[in-house]
Parts: sequence; structure tokens; C-alpha cells
Amino acid sequence: MIQAKGIVKSFGENHVLKGIDVDFIQGQTNLIIGRSGSGKTVFLKTILGLFEPDQGTIHYGDEVLGEMTKARRKTLRQEIGMVFQGGALFDSMTVAENIRFPLEMFAAMTEQEKDERVKFVMDRVRLEGAADKFPSEISGGMQKRVAIGRAISMNPKYLFCDEPNSGLDPETAIVIDQLIQELTHEFNMTTIVNTHDMNSVLEIGDHVIFMKEGHKVWEGTNSEVLGSTNADVEEYVFKSKLFKQVRQAFRK
Amino acid sequence: MITNFFEGMGAYVLLMTKVFRRPDRWRLFIRSLVQEIRLLGLDSISIVVILSVFMGAVVTIQTAFQLSDDPLIPTYYIAMATRESITLEFSPTVVSLILAGKVGSNIASSLGTMRVSEQIDALEIMGVNSASFLILPKVAALVLFNPVLIILSLFLGLWGGAMAGDLLGLVPFQESIMGYRLEYIVFENAIYGLIKATAFAFIIGSVSAYSGYSVKGGAVEVGIASTNAVVRSCLAIILANYLLTDLILTS
Repeated sequence: MIQAKGIVKSFGENHVLKGIDVDFIQGQTNLIIGRSGSGKTVFLKTILGLFEPDQGTIHYGDEVLGEMTKARRKTLRQEIGMVFQGGALFDSMTVAENIRFPLEMFAAMTEQEKDERVKFVMDRVRLEGAADKFPSEISGGMQKRVAIGRAISMNPKYLFCDEPNSGLDPETAIVIDQLIQELTHEFNMTTIVNTHDMNSVLEIGDHVIFMKEGHKVWEGTNSEVLGSTNADVEEYVFKSKLFKQVRQAFRK
Repeated sequence: MITNFFEGMGAYVLLMTKVFRRPDRWRLFIRSLVQEIRLLGLDSISIVVILSVFMGAVVTIQTAFQLSDDPLIPTYYIAMATRESITLEFSPTVVSLILAGKVGSNIASSLGTMRVSEQIDALEIMGVNSASFLILPKVAALVLFNPVLIILSLFLGLWGGAMAGDLLGLVPFQESIMGYRLEYIVFENAIYGLIKATAFAFIIGSVSAYSGYSVKGGAVEVGIASTNAVVRSCLAIILANYLLTDLILTS
């Protein structure tokens, strides 16, 4: 479990996070949603330790991130998998080499064990036959699957995804969402997904956190989103006709 | 502008303190080093060959033009003057300036693209020292291979000079060889040139890497970083050339 307690973060006069308390639950996909500029990305980067909070603490299990030694922080990074918005695949490496890279850097495994792990991960994210292709030779959806494969290759405790299905067609986006949720449940990871996509909220939102202007204004499950009477959630989530109709159908 | 310069120098020094760390995995470092030697070094051989041969030829023609009016000056002195120009200045400095354009822009654009496509962030989040992992093999490859290129350039420059002198009837080939061997001092010629080549290689690698690694923005900024890498490397080489010449030849 990851806990954020009283997180405050400012950049000069720009107060981005204004005291956020959230528990990210292990074994669930925790979605952070909100408008652009609501502080989602800064919050994600603060949890990752890329920004130091001005006030408040981040807890990974029983440990406080800010109190960890440099060596412990380095080992913690190996317990974290990250899926970037654009994939951030190493374009000079093949698909298999991308997935193998964290193992080469950090795993105390034999070459055979690494080969087996890469094969397992590639099967798990459904990338059979793409091992020797370069990122530029595969589709956007496959690139996202490679990014997920690379993120889980070290069997992480924590998985972070920054808008994992942006730029994908709706069908592929659902495949990626479902893959993230399946892996989260299968490996009992604490997964945090930063997204704008309302389909993702309804599809995989085991735990949804809604942010507005640096505050957490609502949290609940995906089914509770549909029944929410919170004005901010209503205004953001049910702006489109489609989601208004979904909510009406749900309430009936 | 002065503030920007000192901020940039500070950021460059801080980056270098991150670069020169023990690699996390020696096997991966060696693999990257070999790749970089191929990409930055071996792929530059053709341009060095062409440049050096014609540079030697032009220096011989220019020197002959200046000295051939005086019948008291033996023709092999033309070759000796050509040797001094090529070994002391033209091969180490001009070849390094050309490589700053070719290799420097390559380093800056590849690192800049990795920065804007979040590949460097991905390395950092994994716990990899991205500066050391990406930049150290490039700098090491250049420092190791640039002296090899300069030695190649020295020989080809002298050969080009001798061939041009012979073909144009300015200096017979055998007299060029005699001139090249006349009062040859290993330190003042070869070693001095190699010290400069090593220093310039470090400048090209580190300055270009700094320009690429510190990119913020998108494709336009990568292009600007690539241009900056070449300009900054060339300026730093010219400044270092003056300092090294003064330091080595006057001490």
C-alpha cells in the first residue's frame, strides 16, 4: 500500500497540491482523474519521489519515502514499474531487449532465467512473435504492451501508469486497461493510473480519486462514480451525452 | 548573458560529476563502449581520410607558393614546414573541429530525443544513473578513438602533401620524405598532437552530451541543442587549443 499524507507542493507562487490525503490500495487499480492543471501529474511525480513535497509524507508500506537512505531509494526504484504516456521505449533496442533491460541492470539471475522471464512476460502481455522487432516497427497498442511488459519484468510491488491509453483507438485502449487490471490483481500490485479517460474509470476503476485545483474532492469505486451526487464529479464525468445516458441507465 | 554562462558552466560541472561514476554493470558498459566506438569513431574514418589527404595537399601547395621564390631554400624545407603545420595544428585541431560537427550533433540529437521522449526519465525511475549510463560510453569512446583518428590523419596528411608536391612538380616525393624526417622531435610533433586530440575528444563528447541531455521541450529544442552542441564544442576547442599550445610549447 502507498499512503500520501497531507501532501503540499508549490512551485514559487503556484500552489499545485494543497494538502492531499489518499491511501492507494494494494491489489487494486487506483485511478487519479481530474482536469488538466488539477495537479495529477505533480501528485504522481511526488509519489514517485521525483518531486519532494513541501509538507506531508509519502509512505511505501511502513517506510516513509523522505526518510529513506539513498541506497534504499535505489532499491525501491527496482520495486516500481512505470508506464509512460508515450511508452518511452528505448528505440535502439528490440522489443525483447526493452523487456530484458531492467533484468540486465538489476536482477541477480542467470542468462537462462532472464530468457525465461522475458518469455513469460512477453506471453503475459501478448507479444508473441514481436521479440526481434524495434519499437518503430510495431503499432501504438503494441508499444504500450511492451512498456507494460518492461514495467512488470522485475515483478514490481508498485505500478505507475501515466495516461496509458492516450492516443489509442477505443478498442485497443480497453485491451490495455484490462491488461493493467488483470496484472494488478494477478501480481497483487499497488497500481496507480493517471488518466483523463472516462472509459478507463468505468472499466477498471477499483478505486477512483478525483482531483480539482490541488485538492482531492472525491473518492470511491467505479460503480460509485455513476451514483455520485458530488457536483464536481457530475460536472467533470458526466459532461458528455454518452455518460449522461450511462448514468441514467444505471439509476434506472 | 554572463549569468547564463555561469549557470550553464555550473550545470555542466554537476552533470560531469554524475557522469564519472562507476558503471552499474560493466558488461553493459563495455557493450555500449564498443557500439559508440563504431558509431562515433569507425564511421568517421571516411571523412577523416578525405579531409586529411586534401588538407596535406593544400598545405604543401601553400607552403611551396610562399617559399619557392627563394632559390636558397632547399625544397625539402617545404616538406618540413608542411609536417610542422600538419602535426602541430591541422590534424589535431581541424579534424577535431570537423568531428565536432559530425559527432557532436549526433550525440546531442540522440540524447535530446531520448530526453523529450521520456527515455531518460524511464532510466531514472528504474534507478539507473542515466547520465553515466548514456554519456560515459560516448566520452570514453571519443577519448580512446580520437587519437587513433588523429594518427591516421597525420599519416594521410603527410602522404597527401608528398603526393601533391610530386604530382605538381613542387617537391619530389623523396625530398618530401627527407623533409618530413628532418629534425623530427617525437614529443613536439606526435605526442603534442595526441595530447590535443585527447583533450578535444573530451570536449566534443562532454559539451555535446550536456547540450543534448539538458534539452527541455520538443523537436524544435532538439534541433537547437544540436546546433548549440556544435557551436559550443567548436568554441571550447578553439579556446582549449590556445591554452594547450601556450601551456605545452612554452613550458
